[in-house]
Amino acid sequence: MIAELGHFALILAAVVAVVQAVLPLVGTYVPQPHMQITLQSLARPTAALQFVLVALAFGALAACFLNNDFSVQYVAQHSNSLLPKPYQFAAVWGGHEGSLLLWVLLLALWSVAVALFSRSLPLDMVARVLGVLGLISVGFLLFILTTSNPFDRLLPAALDGRDLNPLLQDPGLVIHPPMLYMGYVGMSVAFAFALAALLSGRLDAAWARWSRPWTVIAWTFLTFGIGLGSWWAYYELGWGGWWFWDPVENASLMPWLVATALIHSLMVTEKRGSFKAWTVLLAIAAFSLSLLGTFLVRSGVLTSVHAFASDPKRGVFVLIFLAVVVGASLTLFAWRAPRVTLGGRMALVSRESFLLANSVLLVVATAAVLLGTIYPLIIDALNLGKLSVGPPYFNAVFAPLLVPAVFLMIPGSISRWREAHVAELVHQLRFTAAAALLVALAWPYFLGSWSVTTVLGFFLGAWVGLGTLQQVTVRLRKPGRIGLSFWGQQIAHFGMAVLVVGVTGVKSYEVERDVRMHVGDVVTIAPYTFRLDRLDEVQGPNYKATRADVQVLRDGQVVELMQPEKRRYFSSAMPMTEAAIDSGFMRDLYVSLGDALDDARTEWSMRVYYKPFVPWLWAGILLMVLGGVLAALDRRYRRTTP
Amino acid sequence: MKKFLIPLALFLGLVIFLAIGLNRNPREIPSPLINKPAPAFSLHTLEGDAMFSPADMRGKVWIFNVWATWCVACREEHPVLVAFANKHAVPIVGLSYKEIQPQDEAAKLGPDAKLQVARERSWVWLKRHGNPYINSVMDLDGRVGIDYGVYGVPETYVIDKEGVIRFKHVGAVTPALLAEKILPLIDTLDKS
Repeated sequence: MIAELGHFALILAAVVAVVQAVLPLVGTYVPQPHMQITLQSLARPTAALQFVLVALAFGALAACFLNNDFSVQYVAQHSNSLLPKPYQFAAVWGGHEGSLLLWVLLLALWSVAVALFSRSLPLDMVARVLGVLGLISVGFLLFILTTSNPFDRLLPAALDGRDLNPLLQDPGLVIHPPMLYMGYVGMSVAFAFALAALLSGRLDAAWARWSRPWTVIAWTFLTFGIGLGSWWAYYELGWGGWWFWDPVENASLMPWLVATALIHSLMVTEKRGSFKAWTVLLAIAAFSLSLLGTFLVRSGVLTSVHAFASDPKRGVFVLIFLAVVVGASLTLFAWRAPRVTLGGRMALVSRESFLLANSVLLVVATAAVLLGTIYPLIIDALNLGKLSVGPPYFNAVFAPLLVPAVFLMIPGSISRWREAHVAELVHQLRFTAAAALLVALAWPYFLGSWSVTTVLGFFLGAWVGLGTLQQVTVRLRKPGRIGLSFWGQQIAHFGMAVLVVGVTGVKSYEVERDVRMHVGDVVTIAPYTFRLDRLDEVQGPNYKATRADVQVLRDGQVVELMQPEKRRYFSSAMPMTEAAIDSGFMRDLYVSLGDALDDARTEWSMRVYYKPFVPWLWAGILLMVLGGVLAALDRRYRRTTP
Repeated sequence: MKKFLIPLALFLGLVIFLAIGLNRNPREIPSPLINKPAPAFSLHTLEGDAMFSPADMRGKVWIFNVWATWCVACREEHPVLVAFANKHAVPIVGLSYKEIQPQDEAAKLGPDAKLQVARERSWVWLKRHGNPYINSVMDLDGRVGIDYGVYGVPETYVIDKEGVIRFKHVGAVTPALLAEKILPLIDTLDKS
């Protein structure tokens, strides 16, 4: 019964979404003023109603999970009566159908947020923005209802569910997908604003100002979501890595890169009226790449650790939807963009030019990642064979593009609008550059080994970090209230510096050992000695596990007891690795249990990793997130009158 | 005006490739064994003392299906195979692949007892879900699996009259795959 109510609510939501999409947009074209107002005023209430209906559907599905209703096929496939309650709830988005429902729920949530916080916007803009969001929602609701209905019944009902994929039984699952989706879906708001501006023909500073806080919030969620995913892969998958250039990771990185470019480009458009067409294109691209990511994950055209069971019908639907949405918006762009006026003049060296250079670098980096991600598909489509593109390509292409982009962060944020002078910049930054160089040369010396890439990486990190601190001290000496957006910018930039140092440090100094160990064996890495003390069989709620006690010693003193596990879930034949990680300020120690190598199960293969600087990665990402939150909270955006 | 059409043109190109890509299966990896003689082996069968070897099937086009009772996808595939076996006269031989997994309690047993346990489990499972196989062989240590390049259970091979592998599929076979690929292939192989 609850499932049918959910299904019904979803159908109603689709109907309401059609109304939200069509009538307000029609209202922007009818000639009679009172009709205009009547139709355009429908945008806000329909968005709210649609949200309520989608939330009801989502709640119904969650209720099916919590009640162990295994007569619902989706529940039977992704849950189990022994599964702990929080995971039963998180299992709602543990599969294809439910994660799409989450997508739509978040889209409805963003739409309601726009409806509530748009009192300063002209009604016709609200109608256009919510209309475009409604169109997207219609597409996704139809997708769910026609190809991926989570409420389908299973008759006769299953006695018990197949259980949630053990990989997903982790606190990470509870928050990683919703955060990432908030980012993906949030790009739809910037997209809707861009389309509204193109439709109205008013591509002006006001449009850029309205889009900025939404874009920053979406970017913040996306950053947090990607960071969580990386942290989850590192902590949960037991592979000891934090980024694998997997197609689905790339699918989240691409919108992030473009969104980063978009945030900066929107600033130029708002402040100087320049790059309008470029900014609109970035807004379209950011959301298109989110959709493309959805397509890549859902259609099964690429193999990935993230791909759910694929169904070609779904792929066809998403592809058509992608073609319609992106094709139509790019056509609109080609039609309207030539009429956009040029903004204020700028010199070859100016803040505008630095920001433009950076946004071009980010877009080229995105294109490189896109090419690497879909290259296997293109080669296959041309019948040239099957191949896969691995990390060497991405590392070789991505790093050289990001090096100048990171370097330009400092001149880009310190130089003047309109016209800057190289000599002045050199003068301002000479001590920062010298100090950064010193750090870059001295640090590897203390860490024990040198290479050109290590020095370059540390230099960039120190350059951005010190350059940011310099800007903060300069600003603090000046009078006047400092806005939150200034702090947001500086903290996010500082986070980037920490991240760059972290990536360089991990890549340069990590030590990975794969060893076979008996109880009593030791393995030594750098200052640490790992000793396998015992192996126990332990029992969890829905699994059995072998647990190893590994004592970590430093200078003969025990510093930590690490307990990696090898779990066997009752409902699945697939054994799972629970790595043990000891995290410090400067390094992680990582121990994971492989397989028993003999019949008596006394000898095990183990992975023992020493990973310096890993905590810096998470710290860098958290700082960027904090920066994003502060920037979005700036008072400027909350003023009711522009 | 023209330069503003570039993004649209690039995107349309991308869509064309994605559309072609949709009709490809990235998991369909060409096996190096295609058009090569099926590796020889001699293994215990599910029942009785007779050994089975692919040479016994000379002169027939047959399907070789890798499965195990612990394999979840096999449970999905199985009714499809049973239905197929009831309708068509194509012999299917099952390879029970590593029935006893390393973490299994039974893994500690001696080789004869292991075979006994594996046979019993497989027999019970086939009794319950139906038996599409004319013969089932027990690959306890997985060596035959290695020879055939098995990396995911279930897998399905089509082997011709000369004992040459003509087709390989990784993952569960679907009615569509049987009807559109495997049956036509078997028909042409039968005529040659």
